[in-house]
Amino acid sequence: MEIDPFIFRLSIFILSIFIGYYVVWSVTPSLHTPLMSVTNAISSVIIVGAIIAGLAGNSDGNFTISNVLGFLAISLAAVNIFGGFLVTQRMLQMYKKKIKNK
Amino acid sequence: MSANLSAIFYLISGVLFILALRGLSSPETSRQGNFFGILGMTIAITVTFLSVGNFSSGFTYVLIFLLIGGLIGAFIAYKIPMTAMPELVAGFHSLVGLSAVFVAISAFLNPEAFNLGSPGSIKLASLIEMSIGAAVGAITFSGSIIAFLKLQGIMSGSPITFKGQHLFNALLLISIVVLTYLLCSTQSSNFFWIMLAVSFLIGFLLIIPIGGADMPVVISMLNSYSGWAAAGIGFTLENSALIITGALVGSSGAILSYIMCKGMNRSFFNVILGGFGASEQSASSGGKEQRPVKSGNAEDAAFLMKNASSVIIVPGYGMAVAQAQHALREMVDTLKKNDIKVTYAIHPVAGRMPGHMNVLLAEANVPYDEVFELEEINNDFANADVAFVIGANDVTNPAAKNDPQSPIYGMPVLDVEKCKSVLFVKRSLSPGYAGIDNDLFYKENTLMLFADAKKMTEDITKNL
Repeated sequence: MEIDPFIFRLSIFILSIFIGYYVVWSVTPSLHTPLMSVTNAISSVIIVGAIIAGLAGNSDGNFTISNVLGFLAISLAAVNIFGGFLVTQRMLQMYKKKIKNK
Repeated sequence: MSANLSAIFYLISGVLFILALRGLSSPETSRQGNFFGILGMTIAITVTFLSVGNFSSGFTYVLIFLLIGGLIGAFIAYKIPMTAMPELVAGFHSLVGLSAVFVAISAFLNPEAFNLGSPGSIKLASLIEMSIGAAVGAITFSGSIIAFLKLQGIMSGSPITFKGQHLFNALLLISIVVLTYLLCSTQSSNFFWIMLAVSFLIGFLLIIPIGGADMPVVISMLNSYSGWAAAGIGFTLENSALIITGALVGSSGAILSYIMCKGMNRSFFNVILGGFGASEQSASSGGKEQRPVKSGNAEDAAFLMKNASSVIIVPGYGMAVAQAQHALREMVDTLKKNDIKVTYAIHPVAGRMPGHMNVLLAEANVPYDEVFELEEINNDFANADVAFVIGANDVTNPAAKNDPQSPIYGMPVLDVEKCKSVLFVKRSLSPGYAGIDNDLFYKENTLMLFADAKKMTEDITKNL
């Protein structure tokens, strides 16, 4: 009997939760704020769905509601992607070690 | 680009996202981690363009909207002050939620584009997945908006409660399940729209009863929700990058919520059900007798610190509000010139989001190896001469250890009272968020410094 592809996606999902669990516990508490901003940035990979929605089935510039919602979602996710990664970068630049000799 | 090839690239970006989080295990590797994250995102977006392969007029629009969003995001990222990080993260969460909703609606209206069937006969599994994605996205959106308004101070931080709130919320949650069932059995779009509306409403209702200082839990929880929403959409789109990311973010937010709840010794449900600090907390605030307090000025504080050999600084939300981190750092520099050992003690729930204080101190150029977590430093208070508490209150309250009647009993606190002397920078004697008095204020070895945190710190530096 053939296995439904859904089961494979579910396996990826469950295993990723475990990976997330162990990886996040190893994050040092002082970096919890950058952790939140970077998880926020990567969850905006939802833009993939938005791009598909935006480009779906139009060739002559007649946009459906579905396309327009895709465009809007692209903008929202883009704010997050650029904003999230850049603000994380900005924060991480600030974490410095003690300079031994002044 | 073939579907299999693009699936492999999505898997690669998923792995890069895992490495991005892994990098955060230490500040040295963190910047590299962020780079992996950016790389993963770039791959995912490029592959999507190539696999759709439709470079018609729509493509121009996609690029324009991408650019608009990107510019706004970059602008915000450069302009935002570090003290506003909790608001920023809450605001960003709402955007993830809303884009999940938009993608779900878009897939519902035009299922052919996503290979999900045709309108009116969408595959059952897809319908369930997109309903979950849309509902969780909507809850994330409206919940984050409320959190944002509360953090920004536009909405009062005090909990808003009404009779039958929990019952009402429970009924709404059940109705979402029922509506999803009806949607699946009838394929009628009306149920989809009602379900979405109910989800927006419930996100709003879930967050309004939660008070200001519980925001660390709320933000982490919404972080988690935004992940589950992304995963729901990931199942709909059969996209492994989205599924992996959603699971990572979902579990990350859940762990942070757990850490925050533990930092307050409260159960997750206790926080979520809300109303803390608003209701009948007569426990210790009943007899409001005037107790004598020793208050001092900047000169007294400077004198005490000058004669100390070690000082521990305990920052809290008040430091963020007063933007006192730079002034604090200058004071510490002066202390260090006098060969006084200075360290920082950070309580897990200090501030309004996980790690909030660490970021502010890092911004003020405090080296991260002088900053310690509660368990690492708590034994050092007994050997320190001065504890300098700036903008923190409940996290130092000894009642958490010795008063079983206290609402915060059992919460891990910093053993500030073990220091030879304690300096408390505070604007007034008013109790902290938990609405309870802090015995520390009235102790023999405590000196209260009533002033704005920034101004007081500057004055102390002048007197050193």
